Amino acid sequence: MMPSLLQTSLLQRLLQGRGLAQIVALLVILAVDRAVSPQFFDLRMQDGRLFGSLIDVLNRGAPVALLALGMVLVIATRGIDLSVGAVMAISGAIAASLADAHGLPLALAAALGTGLLCGLWNGFLVAVLGIQPIVATLILMVAGRGVAQLITEGRIVTFTAPDLVWLGNGAVLGVPAPVAVVLGMLIVTGAVVRGSALGLLIEATGGNARASELAGIGTRGMILAVYVWCGLCAALAGVIAAADIMGADANNAGLWLELDAILAVVIGGTSLFGGRFSLVLAMVGALIIQAMNTGILLSGYPPEFNLVVKAAVVLIVLLLQSPRFADAGAVLGRARQ
Amino acid sequence: MRGLPPAAITAIVFVVGFALCTVQFPNFASTRVAANLLTDNAFLGIVATGMTFVIISGGIDLSVGSVIGFTTVFVALAIERLGVPPLIAFAAILLLCAAFGAAMGAIIHFFDMPPFIVTLAGMFLARGASFLMSTESTPISAPLYSTVSDFALRLPGGGRLTAIALIMLAVVAAGAVLLHFTRFGANVYALGGSRATTALMGIPVGSMTVRIYMLSSVLAGLAGIVFSFYTAAGYSLSAVGVELDSIAAVVIGGTLLTGGQGSVVGTLLGVLIQGLIQTYINFDGTLSSWWTKIVTGVLLFAFIALQQAMLGIARRAGPRKAGVLTS
Repeated sequence: MMPSLLQTSLLQRLLQGRGLAQIVALLVILAVDRAVSPQFFDLRMQDGRLFGSLIDVLNRGAPVALLALGMVLVIATRGIDLSVGAVMAISGAIAASLADAHGLPLALAAALGTGLLCGLWNGFLVAVLGIQPIVATLILMVAGRGVAQLITEGRIVTFTAPDLVWLGNGAVLGVPAPVAVVLGMLIVTGAVVRGSALGLLIEATGGNARASELAGIGTRGMILAVYVWCGLCAALAGVIAAADIMGADANNAGLWLELDAILAVVIGGTSLFGGRFSLVLAMVGALIIQAMNTGILLSGYPPEFNLVVKAAVVLIVLLLQSPRFADAGAVLGRARQ
Repeated sequence: MRGLPPAAITAIVFVVGFALCTVQFPNFASTRVAANLLTDNAFLGIVATGMTFVIISGGIDLSVGSVIGFTTVFVALAIERLGVPPLIAFAAILLLCAAFGAAMGAIIHFFDMPPFIVTLAGMFLARGASFLMSTESTPISAPLYSTVSDFALRLPGGGRLTAIALIMLAVVAAGAVLLHFTRFGANVYALGGSRATTALMGIPVGSMTVRIYMLSSVLAGLAGIVFSFYTAAGYSLSAVGVELDSIAAVVIGGTLLTGGQGSVVGTLLGVLIQGLIQTYINFDGTLSSWWTKIVTGVLLFAFIALQQAMLGIARRAGPRKAGVLTS
């Protein structure tokens, strides 16, 4: 029942024109990638895992997609979580230092548990103490990387535990493990949030927290929950990033990825002012970012070009989203009638 | 507690911290350590002064670190590759920074967008542009640079108050005057209090927003010039993460992150506290530098919690007072 529900709502939204722009943008970028590198769409099977540039986009985009999955719910409540990059560094460090001696289950549990705790801390600051989200999560963003350094004692911790390495390089039915994890998390999140009234309540909290509170929605619990979920997603992304390079680098793991995650969510049409969100389009946003990165690499431009392109994309998307721009569109529309 | 301004609490924290360091390391209380504290954090002090204006006005500027990086590369390439006289290069980069800040302010105002995401785009743009100019570190060997780095006021006890420390102190003093004693400064506080009210009072909100972000970017450019004096080089990866350090300094300095309250002097103290932690770690020798981040995070939390508590007290006191008046 669940998948059909997801499908119909997605189809409805497409028919309403919502999400069309993002999907067209993704297709255009993929077409440009294809023009730059003719083998872009080639897929081949090797050692039970699919390979090819397209798979590479999905695989490299997995950490940002996971972050975006948590971030989109936080932004829907009119919040923001700047600490996800630091949480990635912490959970990666924990998983890497425990994996060899204590095995995957304990390492994974410890890493994800820490992510939950980090989320709980952020949620506590925002929901209970009433601190502005940017400020509240800034604390962990600043201190978190220091904590990660403390765990790795300033070294790059490497590991060889095969089951953790599998999380980064393995495959499920030919699909790379990171992509499978993202798909799994997307289905779980989508089922919980859109399969019940929870998504609506989250949107209500973001739209007007006070009115929602008066209407009987437990806004505090709602806000706490989205930050906890965001922490969990970030921790999972950290484990995957560590598994990918078979080591944890507290300095560079997840560096600036919070910005990519926010960008993915914004490209996906979720408003920074809260009140509405789309999980699937946030995923499309993450894919757009990664397809651009890969395209720039394939085309032989220096990777430094990336930041300039990203800046331009942020600006264009924001201008399109801005209330002023929407007003102008409405006025034009009326004039045409 | 209510009579005590947050900046005074910051001052107490700084003095107590300095005293604790002195107890542990008797050599700590010297003009040499104090002067180095100012020199090593000169660029941070300058950029945090600009950030104070932005945050008091209710905004945030994430682009400053990248603007510093861009400035060092621009100055180094202009002087070394193109042979531009240093002073002309400085004037050009400050103009460029002013235009950059004005553009961000204009977008924030006219398209009614959150400052944090607009300056985020600015951050990508400035860092990307400096990468495009050069990815290598370019040493600067112009005569002006050695003159500036040789210049210092000698203090009793062996301390050297360097030129860049003096520039920083001058910027902080000018910033304090601008914020506390001019109409511009009063408008900045008004904007942070409430944008709508400010507009109704007839203050040109748009041009104020543009000028505030211009000020922040120009000071970031100046900080970049100072940074290039400090390192005698231009490097596109310099000053990564400085935006966070300067926001932390502003908050620890007692400025309300929601805007409307704060001071430049408090910010200077916030910068010095971060410098103090770093200096303590250097003195100790066994601790690693990442402790700076953790302690900064803890202080950040302490000050934010304090602000929140004071706001809570003020809010609870508000209605009661009103009730007394009406009854």
